[in-house]
Amino acid sequence: MFSYLPQTEKDIQEMLKVIGVNSIEELFKDIPDEILQKTPLKIPKGISEYEVFKRMTELAQKNRQGISFMGCGSYEHLIPSVVGHILQLPNFYTAYTPYQAEISQGILQSIFEFQTLICELTGMEVSNASLYDDHTAASEAITMAVNTRKKANRVLVSGTIHPNTRSVIETFFSDVSIKIEEIPSKDYVTSIDALTEMIDENVAAVLIQTPNIYGWTEDLSGFADIVHDNKALLIVSSNPMSLGILKSQADWGADIAIGGTQPFGLATYFGGPSVGYISTGTKLTRKMPGRIVGQTKDVDGKRAFVLTLQAREQHIKRQRATSNICSNQALAAMGSGIYLSTVGWKGLKEASTMSFQKAHYLYRRLTEELGLKSLANKDFFNEFTLIIPESDKVLIDMESQGIFAGVGLSRFFPDLKDAVTIAVTEKRTKEEMDAYVDLLKRVLK
Amino acid sequence: MSNKLIFEVSSVGRTGYRFPLIDVPNIPVKDQISTALLRKSVPVLPEVSEIDIIRHYNGLAKRNFGVDEGFYPLGSCTMKYNPKINEDVANFPGFAGIHPLQSEDSVQGFLEMIYELTSSLCEITGMKWGTLQPYAGAHGEFTGMKFFKSYFKKRGELNRTRVLVPTSAHGTNPASATIAGFHIEEIQADERGLVSVENLKSLLADDVAGIMLTNPNTLGLFEKDIIEIARLVHEAGGLLYYDGANMNAIMGKVRPGDMGFDVIHLNLHKTFSTPHGGGGPGAGPVLVSERLTGFVPTPDVKKSDDGYYFEYNIPDSMGRISGFYGNMAVLVRAYSYIITMGGDGLKKASEYAVLNANYLKERLKKTYHLYYDTTCMHEFVLSMKKMKEKYGISSLDVAKGLLDYGVHPPTIYFPSIVPESMMIEPTETESKETLDSFVDTMLNIYEKAKNNPEELHTAPHNTAVRRVDEVLAVKQAILKWTAE
Repeated sequence: MFSYLPQTEKDIQEMLKVIGVNSIEELFKDIPDEILQKTPLKIPKGISEYEVFKRMTELAQKNRQGISFMGCGSYEHLIPSVVGHILQLPNFYTAYTPYQAEISQGILQSIFEFQTLICELTGMEVSNASLYDDHTAASEAITMAVNTRKKANRVLVSGTIHPNTRSVIETFFSDVSIKIEEIPSKDYVTSIDALTEMIDENVAAVLIQTPNIYGWTEDLSGFADIVHDNKALLIVSSNPMSLGILKSQADWGADIAIGGTQPFGLATYFGGPSVGYISTGTKLTRKMPGRIVGQTKDVDGKRAFVLTLQAREQHIKRQRATSNICSNQALAAMGSGIYLSTVGWKGLKEASTMSFQKAHYLYRRLTEELGLKSLANKDFFNEFTLIIPESDKVLIDMESQGIFAGVGLSRFFPDLKDAVTIAVTEKRTKEEMDAYVDLLKRVLK
Repeated sequence: MSNKLIFEVSSVGRTGYRFPLIDVPNIPVKDQISTALLRKSVPVLPEVSEIDIIRHYNGLAKRNFGVDEGFYPLGSCTMKYNPKINEDVANFPGFAGIHPLQSEDSVQGFLEMIYELTSSLCEITGMKWGTLQPYAGAHGEFTGMKFFKSYFKKRGELNRTRVLVPTSAHGTNPASATIAGFHIEEIQADERGLVSVENLKSLLADDVAGIMLTNPNTLGLFEKDIIEIARLVHEAGGLLYYDGANMNAIMGKVRPGDMGFDVIHLNLHKTFSTPHGGGGPGAGPVLVSERLTGFVPTPDVKKSDDGYYFEYNIPDSMGRISGFYGNMAVLVRAYSYIITMGGDGLKKASEYAVLNANYLKERLKKTYHLYYDTTCMHEFVLSMKKMKEKYGISSLDVAKGLLDYGVHPPTIYFPSIVPESMMIEPTETESKETLDSFVDTMLNIYEKAKNNPEELHTAPHNTAVRRVDEVLAVKQAILKWTAE
């Protein structure tokens, strides 16, 4: 009846006999009778594989796809076919965490390679095996800073980071004695003057995101000095695709680099899975959260890989661990590793540069030809924010004609009426962007 | 077999992917952005052709073991079969290609799935409502502890700062409660391997927020006194948290809600068949009883006459705990599994998981020392202590010995309250033949321990690498490849 359950009636009888009971029910005798479930679960009976396929098809068809110009933390880039094929190799996806190193060298080595790739991109010295997403990575990075600067209890967070990151941080620290304070922005980028005014030696960490939620790139010249003069740690969150063109976190003097690797080989998938990356300098290695893979040797002297520095982790340290994280996003991290290895630095620069060029093309057409106002005339990578009159209606109209024109920022900032953040990747063609402009022209009339 | 790193396979000038040519004016980047922002350093990334990348990862896959290859009785991890239809449907473009910030109207399929899956999980656990956002079990535990915090804040009982955790609990329990702002106190197990009700009584006070329990516990034993435990904790004004890591034992048999629990997290990558992916992505939904539903994270998903929608306006919400809505690709697979199995199939799955475990336990206990000799649920724990005393063979040696037989070893040295422990969880998807063959292997290993212990001390012999030096790994701390 159930293709995942191999027990035949004959097997069951033989097994019960060996156990020395008459029925399966007897095996549940330790459950007190008053709570034993006597009625069936109110869930419809099981169905065939083909019926499942049909039901899931029906659900998927209730979601609509369009030509997407949406970003704000999730991006539709090109994904090489090899990524999906490799992620479907059963010995990867049907494995557990690589506790038994001798039969888990494949996953361990892939994590070691992922750690290396993240270090190369961010310019930092060490990386872990992955965290859940860029938003929870921010909480973990702040925790590292707080654990390093034990007496400091203030954390300064730029007002231009992703509002969801901000909310995740607020939730994370709301019941412990850490104060999260916002660094005001000026013209929609972090104000260095405000930072200078706010910071003192009670600050453990300063968190800035570039490109920021509006898409603008933050010029972080001078930031690290101010932060370090006050003994605080600088955490910089970046869309890693931007690092193909823009300065890395290490270039800005950051102590901890974080972000989400979704743009590398992972589908947008309604927001998950992504992968949180975190990397830092060797001084902070032992403050890192989660799994880390290290190189070692086996008894024959052969190179081997193994989960290492585990004295930081929950299964050893319990309540004194650096983090509670156990399962992370290993397979998705492998996906991003495959992506980076496949495209290489040349390909990454190409994807990154093309996203930049195309975004600037659309920006020019929208501001120069349609006369739309930019929220701030700032530098940007592949995402920018414009004021589109009656944006709610415009976005719905455009969506109904197959163009997902951007993210209305009023969903995050009620005061920012009609601000729309538009993202462009290398996947979008000139033709699609021209269609965007034409449609918007018609809709605005 | 080559074990080159992808960086060592690299050859300057190769690429594994061809991007389309640029079709917009190619204006120099430096003319469009401040040069102070531009990167100058060049990262060292691999340069490989498409076949290089495929061969590299296929080589790695051969050096890895998964459920599809063989028996994987890793205790407390529920390594059941990962159904293939779930992989197929999870790759539908109508799921994979959706952006998290699209209009509600354009994501009705996802919202319906979230609503239906939450409802089914509530029915299975006896809870009222919850959230699918947590990315993993530990993330679910943290979310669960935030429910505790929110509840006591609302009641003005900020003095409740202690959380009780059994000594046999998963390490994530105390770690999660600590980062949520609680202090941990350990409860002892009694001679039965169950929570000591006497010890619990002595710890309960008006500063206790509650207790975190796994039931069946990590020894595979059902906490028979659960009704009494729930009554005591509730009378003391506390809440009960259920770690759903072992939910695979009880679907359709007993519900945590009926046991008296207020909060539960589930590991969809255990009980609900989603693949573990070598360490994630998983999913750790949290379900709660009626009095805690007001604290769910934002956004919640609700149903109206016009369809499904996100609810952001939740006055007492704990706030956001994930960037968006969780590991959706995992949730899709779990939903697919639940409709495949149905209420009747889920119950059968738990019954057979318990049957398989008891069968294996009975057969092995004739040779190996079964630490708590009683009916078990979905898993049981052996102790290699006597074997170590007699033959010098430890749990680790047995585990490494198993590697040569194409079996993934059980969990070892956890729970730590059993000396030289080996925790075995066969799951329901394994046949009697597989279990019998595992017993034969274990008997073989026992004979070796007696007659040829050296072979076990030096095991494994047939794996891609042999026993690895963990101390050296810590000492040299080589955590990335470096160009020579």
